[in-house]
Amino acid sequence: MSATNARLKSRLGIALIAVALAVLPFVVGAGFGNSWVRIIDFALLYIMLALGLNIVVGFAGLLDLGYIAFYAVGAYLYALLSSPHLAQAFPALFAAAPGWPVWLVLPLGAGLAGLCGVLLGTPTLKLRGDYLAIVTLGFGEIIRIFLNNLNAPANITNGPQGINNIAAVHIGGHALNRPLELFGIVLPGVHLHYYFFLALTLLVIFVCVRLQDSRLGRAWVAIREDEVAARACGINTRNVKLLAFGLGATFGGVAGGLFASFQGFVSPESFGLLESIMVLCMVVLGGMGHIPGVILGAVLLALLPEALRWGAVPMQQSLFGKVLIDPESLRLLLFGVALVLVMRWRPEGLWPSALRRRELSTHAADGA
Amino acid sequence: MNGQAANELLVASGISKRFGGVQALRDVSLALRRGEVCGLIGPNGAGKTSFFNVLTGLYSADQGQVIFDGQPLPLGVPHRIAGLGIARTFQNIRLFGAMSALENVMVGRHARLHSGVLGAVLRTAATRREEAQTEARAHDLLRYVGIDRLANHQATHLSYGDQRRLEIARALATEPKLLALDEPAAGMNATETAGLRALIEKLRADGLTVLLIEHDVKLVMGLCDRVAVLDYGEKIAEGIPELVRRDPRVISAYLGTELNDA
Repeated sequence: MSATNARLKSRLGIALIAVALAVLPFVVGAGFGNSWVRIIDFALLYIMLALGLNIVVGFAGLLDLGYIAFYAVGAYLYALLSSPHLAQAFPALFAAAPGWPVWLVLPLGAGLAGLCGVLLGTPTLKLRGDYLAIVTLGFGEIIRIFLNNLNAPANITNGPQGINNIAAVHIGGHALNRPLELFGIVLPGVHLHYYFFLALTLLVIFVCVRLQDSRLGRAWVAIREDEVAARACGINTRNVKLLAFGLGATFGGVAGGLFASFQGFVSPESFGLLESIMVLCMVVLGGMGHIPGVILGAVLLALLPEALRWGAVPMQQSLFGKVLIDPESLRLLLFGVALVLVMRWRPEGLWPSALRRRELSTHAADGA
Repeated sequence: MNGQAANELLVASGISKRFGGVQALRDVSLALRRGEVCGLIGPNGAGKTSFFNVLTGLYSADQGQVIFDGQPLPLGVPHRIAGLGIARTFQNIRLFGAMSALENVMVGRHARLHSGVLGAVLRTAATRREEAQTEARAHDLLRYVGIDRLANHQATHLSYGDQRRLEIARALATEPKLLALDEPAAGMNATETAGLRALIEKLRADGLTVLLIEHDVKLVMGLCDRVAVLDYGEKIAEGIPELVRRDPRVISAYLGTELNDA
């Protein structure tokens, strides 16, 4: 009786969440304007990124400070295959903008990013902690600097100017950046992107949940907890770590391709160290290794700067009569304060997994 | 193959291992017979754990080889050695702290399972069956070592003696032919040690070969079929416990020799 009740309740919960997610862009669009729907679209990209990094950092315990490089790889591959840039730079080789279908370009970007993940992982297999962080940081910078300088002798990436005129994703012949009229309702481009990104985000969440609760998920956590014991238990730590790097990078590559198509423009500026740290903060702040926590962290950190931009200027004007602190600096200030507070009071993150929370709280009690 | 060789599960011959200026192991040879409990004793720093680490692949050997169950062991490749059938516990307990007791044992099944990324994501019938079997087997093993009631407790929350038992259950999950226990009774009280002894005797009765590093002389002498003694990285004695404990080299290694003897 109670079991069927519980099942009914969880079904009802899922249905409610589904309805909420379905009407979210309309509610937000009506209440705050479509620029906020755009911000939510970006938040979905950040959720994908954070979940990808969570496999590497949260599950396998490998501190990766260059994760944004995989986002860059996905974004640039999409940009090159979906813009006229290559045709303009190498008219002899490429006749026109190729206009590859999205179901081909996105998996290609994901695959290339995954390959880069394995390439990065290979030399770092014996490194841990700080050393691993430094190598991955270097890798992230290498990719960014490559993108910045690969405009000579052959203009592949167009250097710091970036690549323009990237075609939006086409689904069923309709470009997602153009409004679509459906049953008398006009869906703007940001709404279409929202549903497309939401579908892919749900897919990423599904894959993460399934992986966590599997032989591989257990092996990752075992490596995080004690690598020597994991090896003695028969885990091929080399392969399992490379798999974590590869899969994490794959999600980054998908998010990167979506980013390029959504923006219509990519440049190396979007893939700096600060972005890597931002995604890492989402994972750590939300709750390392806990999927709902990581999603929460990504949503919070993606929305925070926009909320500040939206609220800080009018608030300062009403309080002081002028804008004292530019919202951008305020963002970094508040961000730093929030991180310090969270690390001091909730070191395990805002929404940690049940077992991990108990572990860290006992450590804290032992120390006190 | 003669009868003697068929009876031997493991033959380590001429194992040497050096760390910088320290000769941790010097030409150590040891044979283990199927189904016996063999003790490995020696003063602190004698090289017992180094020998364990070579046998289980955590260290590669500078010289020597190990034949296990008729084939040479891939020294330095721990996961393959675990797959071939040598499992171990650690001197300082090394559990997966954030996981439950049950999950710790399930990790031990890793090398015996096959599901990969696709199987996990699609949760195929084969994967579901494998997961169910793994969980059932893990419960069986926890029951075997006597801590199934703690299956869903976090590993770090178990008592010291139960953590030792959990480590043994995790090692058994790899389906070993040889179980290597590194000071399992260290830090245990008399009751816990008696329980451990009963458990090792049960393992022997079930046909497992056990290699045991231990400082508790009473436990070693009472439990082991044979004992080998290491001192300064060399094997100085080997045989049945009664003979080994009277061996003058063993006595001098443990108690030292008087100055005027030297």
